[in-house]
Amino acid sequence: MLHRFANPTRFLRLAAAMQPWMAALTGVMLAFGLYFGLFDSPGDYQQGESVRIMYVHVPSAWMALLCYTALAGSCAVSLIWKHPLADVAARATAPIGAWFTFLALVTGSLWGKPMWGTWWVWDARLTSVLILFFLYLGYMALDNAFDDPGRGARASSILALVGFVNVPIIKFSVDWWNTLHQPASVIKMGGSAIHPSMLMPLLLMGVGFTSYYFWVLLIRIRGEICANKVRSLRLRQVHEQPSADDLSEEAS
Amino acid sequence: MSRLLGIVRRDLHLALRQGMDSTMVVTFFIIAVVLFPFGVGPEPNILARISSGVIWVAALLASMLSLERLFQTDYEDGSLELLALQPVALEFTVAAKIIAHWLTTGLPLIVAAPLLAVLMNMQAEGFAILIVTLLLGTPTLSLIGAIGAALTLGSRRGGVLLSLLVLPLYIPVLVFGITAIDATLAELPARPHLLILAGLLVAAAALCPWVGAAAIRQTLDS
Amino acid sequence: MDTLLTFLNMGGYGDFIWPAYVIVTIVLAGLLISSRRFVKAAEAELGSIKQPHQRGRREVGDET
Repeated sequence: MLHRFANPTRFLRLAAAMQPWMAALTGVMLAFGLYFGLFDSPGDYQQGESVRIMYVHVPSAWMALLCYTALAGSCAVSLIWKHPLADVAARATAPIGAWFTFLALVTGSLWGKPMWGTWWVWDARLTSVLILFFLYLGYMALDNAFDDPGRGARASSILALVGFVNVPIIKFSVDWWNTLHQPASVIKMGGSAIHPSMLMPLLLMGVGFTSYYFWVLLIRIRGEICANKVRSLRLRQVHEQPSADDLSEEAS
Repeated sequence: MSRLLGIVRRDLHLALRQGMDSTMVVTFFIIAVVLFPFGVGPEPNILARISSGVIWVAALLASMLSLERLFQTDYEDGSLELLALQPVALEFTVAAKIIAHWLTTGLPLIVAAPLLAVLMNMQAEGFAILIVTLLLGTPTLSLIGAIGAALTLGSRRGGVLLSLLVLPLYIPVLVFGITAIDATLAELPARPHLLILAGLLVAAAALCPWVGAAAIRQTLDS
Repeated sequence: MDTLLTFLNMGGYGDFIWPAYVIVTIVLAGLLISSRRFVKAAEAELGSIKQPHQRGRREVGDET
């Protein structure tokens, strides 16, 4: 039992130390990102001012993929090495990733309406991101579907790993299929295709979203570890209850 | 190999003795498709336009119907544990059960599909390709579904949960099944779509029994 | 005032840009707040379990 909590305890101390730094980094990055994104960057020569949606849409989409990768990675660690912290990290990541995916879909829809004239098109990129959203929901549903939380964690870990095939599909869908969605322009062979004045707010927002993820992740991991302790204490109390009653009866 | 066939035969026997399952699946398939002329109106052109999609979606839902029972009965009466203890690898057992599932649900669906294509007023050129896509696609559905069935063993709300897990993973199969039919109807080559469909089948056949066995093992361990 | 309005109008795209930023703000803030609440609730529950438990132990020890 002690060795089970040994690592999480050390982790909790580390998390408590890191949390304010993450909060500060998030605040600074988002403040600068928003300033450059909304005030001090040019409109696009094709898309006009609507390009400013990019500064929230693209980082959300990055985070949706990054969170799923982190989720699948933690699930692999938890299945292979049975590390308790990996389990907790996976469970803490899933809702954050699901919300980022939701944001990527909604902001993309708000960008698509003025650009393509429609809120939604069934092209490969949008569809595969929608599938990603369903995978997050399925993961969370399966995780909570068992009376024994350990079983839920293992079953949903396998599901998360199976669903990982979707991540490269999302990444390359704009190259493999003809779609309305524009291809990747930030990371590209032979340098970025995006002007520095637009790249800077985008990267600032990207870093801000990433540190936001770590910030909330640390908070949620703390909560999950606490909830785990509560659960195991409850179980122990249930087992000890009869003996405690015996004692008090003897005493009276 | 003979052991594999042995399990397939055992499952087929059980399915036949309990009867009903295949008939229920096919009946559901037919009724689900028949709902559409009522839903969108009996206009022949509209029905012909949506026929491939409607038949595929209905087939997909029908093959999902019986998934829950793929491992459930064996899990509840404990024979799954016996199967896991046998010298033959659990992967083979899972593969055998998937084959039996396809034979009892996928195959009857394919047999019923041309009838529904007629009811949905599909162009005659589409019939052959519809059968081909279903032949390539429904085994993939059974394979992917087996993972979902193994993962939800012993969970609360098994059936609904199973569809939530499996349906997103079904989408690629559905997409390429339908694009192949639509390409043929538009007199375009269907070959690339069929190749992707076949690729999905091969990949699923290689991976799914393995993942399904892993999922069952973690169930039995606890 | 005029410059503010032109800024809010965003070259005619204000109707799409501002909802996007507002939704992102709401979701990210909401997720942060709900995560904090989750921790607070879990910590409070942990505390409430531990204390009676330990007190119970001590009482038993005192009586015997």
